[in-house]
Amino acid sequence: MGRPLLTIRGLTMHTGAQAGRTEILRGIDLELQRGTILGLVGESGSGKSTLGLASMGYAREGLQFASGVILFDGIDLIRASERERRSLRGARIAYVAQSAAASFNPARRLFDQSIEVAVGAGHVRRRDAIGQLIELYARLQLPDPGTLALRYPHRVSGGQLQRAMTAMAMLPRPDLIVFDEPTTALDVTTQIEVLSAIREVVAASQTAAIYISHDLALVAQMADRIMVLRRGQVVEEADTRQLLHAPRESYTRSIWAANDFRAAPKPIPDAQATPLLQATRVGAWYGRTPVLRDVSLTVYAGRTLAVVGESGSGKSTLAKVIAGLLVPGAGTLEFAGCCLKGGFRRRTREQLCRIQLISQSPDAALNPRQRVRDSIGRPLTFYHGLKGAARERRVRQLLTELELDPDRYAARFPGELSGGQKQRVCIARALAAEPALVICDEVTSGLDQIVAQDTLKLLDRLQRERDLAYIFITHDLAIVRAIADDVIVMKNGSIARSGHRDDVLSPPYDPYTESLLSSIPEMDPDWLDRVLERRRGVH
Amino acid sequence: MKSAPASARFGLIVVAGYGALAVLAPILAPYGETQIVGLEFADWSAQHWLGTDDLGRDVLSRLLYGARNTIGIAVLTTAIAALIGGVAGLVAGSLRGWVDQVLGRLVDVLMAVPSLILTLLMLAIFGTSVVSMILIIALIESTRIFRLARALAMGIGLFDYVTTARLRGEGLAWIVFREILPNASAPLIAEFGLRFSFVFLFIATLSFLGLGIQPPTADWGSMVRDNATLIAYGQMAPLLPAAAIALLTVAVNFIVDWLVHQSSGLAD
Repeated sequence: MGRPLLTIRGLTMHTGAQAGRTEILRGIDLELQRGTILGLVGESGSGKSTLGLASMGYAREGLQFASGVILFDGIDLIRASERERRSLRGARIAYVAQSAAASFNPARRLFDQSIEVAVGAGHVRRRDAIGQLIELYARLQLPDPGTLALRYPHRVSGGQLQRAMTAMAMLPRPDLIVFDEPTTALDVTTQIEVLSAIREVVAASQTAAIYISHDLALVAQMADRIMVLRRGQVVEEADTRQLLHAPRESYTRSIWAANDFRAAPKPIPDAQATPLLQATRVGAWYGRTPVLRDVSLTVYAGRTLAVVGESGSGKSTLAKVIAGLLVPGAGTLEFAGCCLKGGFRRRTREQLCRIQLISQSPDAALNPRQRVRDSIGRPLTFYHGLKGAARERRVRQLLTELELDPDRYAARFPGELSGGQKQRVCIARALAAEPALVICDEVTSGLDQIVAQDTLKLLDRLQRERDLAYIFITHDLAIVRAIADDVIVMKNGSIARSGHRDDVLSPPYDPYTESLLSSIPEMDPDWLDRVLERRRGVH
Repeated sequence: MKSAPASARFGLIVVAGYGALAVLAPILAPYGETQIVGLEFADWSAQHWLGTDDLGRDVLSRLLYGARNTIGIAVLTTAIAALIGGVAGLVAGSLRGWVDQVLGRLVDVLMAVPSLILTLLMLAIFGTSVVSMILIIALIESTRIFRLARALAMGIGLFDYVTTARLRGEGLAWIVFREILPNASAPLIAEFGLRFSFVFLFIATLSFLGLGIQPPTADWGSMVRDNATLIAYGQMAPLLPAAAIALLTVAVNFIVDWLVHQSSGLAD
């Protein structure tokens, strides 16, 4: 092997502030050969994105390089002038960000912004660059590449944008590409297409890459070597197969175990039991566009109904209809034997109290100017009239039940909590109302694996203690396997399949469920190859 | 305060100084507000530090009393404008629907007419008293605050925590004052400071035109007008109240800049 393309030695980065300076990265060593892919894995806050950016010689706002060297093809990136670094970025080192939608300029056509760097660096003429871009689009299996290049970013789907961004990064033929969670924002079926496209193009062009993700199973499909990071330090680095088969460190093993949780099955409800919620032939429209058609479902107390489907399948709309945020145009809803009107303004206070919604993004769900105590306390006062010491006692009790120490957290503002803690506070707020039915809309999708798994365990425990019914909206069949009793698979606004978890998630499958199921990454470096091979065989 | 940049500190000190002067005017001023103490247009001297004006009144004393009148009226006017515009804007932005439409169109009508002309017209109808001037300027300035408050309420209303509160069955008052207002307060405070500058300048303009605060009450706008002819003779007298107006405006804007910066969450 020749000289490595990228060498990092003893890299330490810290926040710039003099007082309370924290180290974000500590003594990182890394070596990357040409044409190889290194995976960076770690939970949020482990410093993986910071390291990814550092390998371009970039320190995020508020961060400083404290010590160490970053050598890119013999150039010291830390000591190089800003001009030198700029000439490398984009041209020789490219970056693909997590959210392509936020990274493209919405006011310019795709091709226009995609060829900017390549043309600006003077490697190619504009016309040739456009030709190459369209060719790259084709290789990334984007439909109708010629027209796609002429579109504005908002007219292209998320999965396509992510591939378009990869094409933009590849166009100047860089030596190194940093992929920062390129598929996290996509649903599983789209994710597979993007992954395989990226992998093929990277392999064909012999580009070196750093692939960052919190999902070990995904990284295993892409990377030759994997580095596990935690709190700014390297936990373990090894060849992909070796790391998967024989992880040395207990932390690495705990990432594995994160996918193992299975809620114990619950008894099948009595046929005579009154369902808690019954929806009959519900339909809903946005303007004139139908988004839900003929959806019927039944939820029993103490059980979990999971609603799965790709994005755009209507599962979140269904949650909105049940919560009362969208008035259905057809069908009826019944809650605990009484009619449940569409639209929350027409529901009784009792019904509002007994149906609670926990939303996807805990960051937006808590008022940043209310302390944890006040967020949780408000439903106590509003529904149950608790005040003063009684209310405070109940808040502390709820926090304790959610495994948050009341002395430490009751007085905090949401900005002082991590994502997982915020989601717990949201759950506590929902429980404060003492609901019978909780609608969980993608509650774990913003959390990393270990935290997500803890949250699921917590929800399962609370369900058993309080005989709660859950409606779990998710795109992740791994979650369905872990926690659901009954499953509804949605496609294009109607139900594709429904039934008990074991019936839906065991063969024979319908093709749609099959494609959803097979899209869940497995802890096996050959998984992607097998799936692709199987799908090619089918078509 | 410790983290404030030099410009904001300067602004805070100047505003505090003005406030102190305005409050302490009766103690600090060597002569009465309307007292004629000597000849017209006397030069600066030990008795009259800044000379006398066109009627022989002490300029320093009138400057101090003027701070009292001009700033006091401006603060009151801005407060009324913020109250009307803020509450109406937040309510319109969180209720939407016909309330928003009615209030919005009303504001459009008020904003469509140039504010100076509208003010002159309304002063002509209602008479030039301090009370009607305060109310008219407050109404006109409240349209700007309405627009901002409405936009803020609409933006903040999209957050899940507001949806959660609505789903809980909370009333309008809770949604507006507990969920939305605390999150809109930083830009609204900044807007308050900015509006204060405008109101203050507007009152000075009206006084200069003879339609604002009426003589013999001292205020800076009319002091500039009364002594304006002196500029031809190379005298400083009309420049002093003008400088006082300019300094306060600049100081308030420094503070506003800093507040806007703080609320936008930018690092520098």
